[in-house]
Amino acid sequence: METQVILNSRHFDLTLKRLCHQLIENHGDFSDTVLIGLQPRGINVVTRLKFLLEEILGKPVQCGSLDITFYRDDFRRRERPLIPSATNVDFVIEKKKVVLVDDVLFTGRTIRAGLDAMLAFGRPSGVELLAFIDRRFKRELPIQADYVGKTVDTLSEERVSVEWQEVEGEDKVVLFTPNKLNG
Amino acid sequence: MDNLSVNHLIGIKDVTREDIELIFKTADSFKDVINRPIKKVPSLRDITIANLFFENSTRTRLSFELAEKRLSADVVNFSAASSSVKKGETLVDTVNNILSMKVDMVVMRHPNPGAAKFLSERVNARVVNAGDGTHEHPTQALLDAYSIRERLGSVEGKKIVIVGDILHSRVALSNIFCLQKLGAEVMVCGPTTLIPKYIHELGVKVEHNLRKALEWCDVANMLRIQLERQDIKYFPSLREYTMLFGLNKEMLDSLDKEIIVMHPGPINRGVEITSDVADSKQSIILNQVENGVAVRMAVIYLLAGKIER
Repeated sequence: METQVILNSRHFDLTLKRLCHQLIENHGDFSDTVLIGLQPRGINVVTRLKFLLEEILGKPVQCGSLDITFYRDDFRRRERPLIPSATNVDFVIEKKKVVLVDDVLFTGRTIRAGLDAMLAFGRPSGVELLAFIDRRFKRELPIQADYVGKTVDTLSEERVSVEWQEVEGEDKVVLFTPNKLNG
Repeated sequence: MDNLSVNHLIGIKDVTREDIELIFKTADSFKDVINRPIKKVPSLRDITIANLFFENSTRTRLSFELAEKRLSADVVNFSAASSSVKKGETLVDTVNNILSMKVDMVVMRHPNPGAAKFLSERVNARVVNAGDGTHEHPTQALLDAYSIRERLGSVEGKKIVIVGDILHSRVALSNIFCLQKLGAEVMVCGPTTLIPKYIHELGVKVEHNLRKALEWCDVANMLRIQLERQDIKYFPSLREYTMLFGLNKEMLDSLDKEIIVMHPGPINRGVEITSDVADSKQSIILNQVENGVAVRMAVIYLLAGKIER
């Protein structure tokens, strides 16, 4: 397994700050907008964005987390049932603008399930998608992100991992390539 | 631990503590789902479940049906009263006929102990026991323990007394297994004639004085007197039973602590508990019913994950 850091901690931070300013451009002071992170790894992105946004705006930003386990389309196609994480949407999304947030956008199936799961909470006036990393060319559904941290071109066999200081000890994005592909 | 150790839910006796905790964890998520504006998830949209009730039931059947529908499963219902069982068909034949119509899971209540196990060994479907005679009623025990966990934070180390007809009660047996696996202490309380002779071998305390039992416990689970299962008279009169083993408000208030009162339903108001106890703040009877749907969703979801495609 070969590893390659595709985003180091300095660029990682810059990217997050750029995303914040892009969000503010479209959503102003966030009085009508909520951020919803997809469990499990989208939560890390939301936590960081919330911190940075509140620093810039000087007011609280509503954020939630959404578990999509029960809405997946691969139930029983896996070895064992998926165990859910917590959903925490304690505000009304009716007539709000929702920004769905995930760390890596790949096949688009997670986002499809996320849309379904979110609609169980009401009918927002609009939904956008923020992906910290966008793995292009591997989409299985017609889904694209409105805000992208970084676009990477990868093979299906490769794996992209977004690591966080709070969780793994360092902010970085790593690309894992199986050795046989390098031959 | 992210998968059940069993392929069917026949009894709590067969499952491990880890299984029970996994069911509870999954039920937490479903409890969240059933409190949303849209109370439904699409997880089981390609699964068909047959509810076979060879014995009457309102609550359990409704609870299972709601759980199945909220998981988006297709549901067929069957009750013995209107079926070919009356014409002499055997259990396995009846079920196999239903399964040929491509049913993946069977929820069954049957008057004979062991019916669910018998069926699980003979048909190609996941089986959930919704009560087999006087043997077990596993989902009731799970939802009881889940409700205790919800109210008290955990079941470990808690003292629970089960009062009433222990001899004929599948709820009592399943509850004893479930609570003990979760680390609780269990006592049974009732007239000598309604306590099975060898019950102490299960490691439970036995008490014939309701007041002493209540003073010992954190939770009292009041069972219904199952007159339909009693072939002979086990106590002189219902009035005498109520006087000795019925829970009323005066007794509840005279205890030096607030205990929790449970009842698996249906309640015979004025027999095992009085109305003011059933409707008091200490009663979690309606929470039990609400939790029943979430717990059954969890059981069905986890077992459905084991159906081969």
